[in-house]
Amino acid sequence: MARSVIHMPATARPGDIIAVRVLVQHSMETGYRSNSVGEPLARDIIRRVECRFDGETVFAADLFPAIAANPSVAFYLRATRSGSLQVEWRGDAGFSHTDSARLQVG
Amino acid sequence: MTNRRQLLRQTVAVAAGGMLLLRPASATPESLQKVITGFTGGAPIRTGRVKLQIAELVENGNAVPVTISVDSPMTAADHVRRIALFNQRNPQSDVAVFELSPVNGRAEVGTRIRLATSQTVVAMAQMNDGSVWQHRVDVIVTLAACIEGG
Repeated sequence: MARSVIHMPATARPGDIIAVRVLVQHSMETGYRSNSVGEPLARDIIRRVECRFDGETVFAADLFPAIAANPSVAFYLRATRSGSLQVEWRGDAGFSHTDSARLQVG
Repeated sequence: MTNRRQLLRQTVAVAAGGMLLLRPASATPESLQKVITGFTGGAPIRTGRVKLQIAELVENGNAVPVTISVDSPMTAADHVRRIALFNQRNPQSDVAVFELSPVNGRAEVGTRIRLATSQTVVAMAQMNDGSVWQHRVDVIVTLAACIEGG
């Protein structure tokens, strides 16, 4: 089971713009490398991260092999109401991992 | 009987041979142009509004912090729709494409990327009116990312 982090403030005032940083544990194997006996290593990367606030998509990204291992993405979010931020990571070999964090606004 | 000095010489020779075999086949200017056209949809590319922050001298290409910010009020009438990051000489030209909307409030994203060698990194932003803006930065990499080879 992959480990993941959602780094953001737990509380905010209405209208605040908050910084969010999300990270997941993953090797991001590029598919361009080979092992010690020269056999190619299959690509195994995270291809997509989607962030939803109470179901509404607020940020998404397509990722490629040039993203470093243990991918980390930072973005901003305007706080308008309390709710839950769900972060979903999807990738090769059926990889799927979802995490969530609560934001209290008021 | 192999003495220490001979063994050392052989080891160095093997290591050098290995490095030659692992010379990366980099993305071509054509493939960079292709992914850029795919992103812009043929819109003219203008310089400005986008700022790519990346160290110009990178010691470790395995995890290079980048921040891309765009001069935009992020309102319903005027906002950034997508931010893309491309490179010139990794095996593949794409790095990431970020999707934004007015809900972000601030047009700035960050991540950590791999750079196989010294090269130009390109950041592009597509606004809601379809206009495309770019910022290119030349980066020198002293320790390349292990993108290819053993």
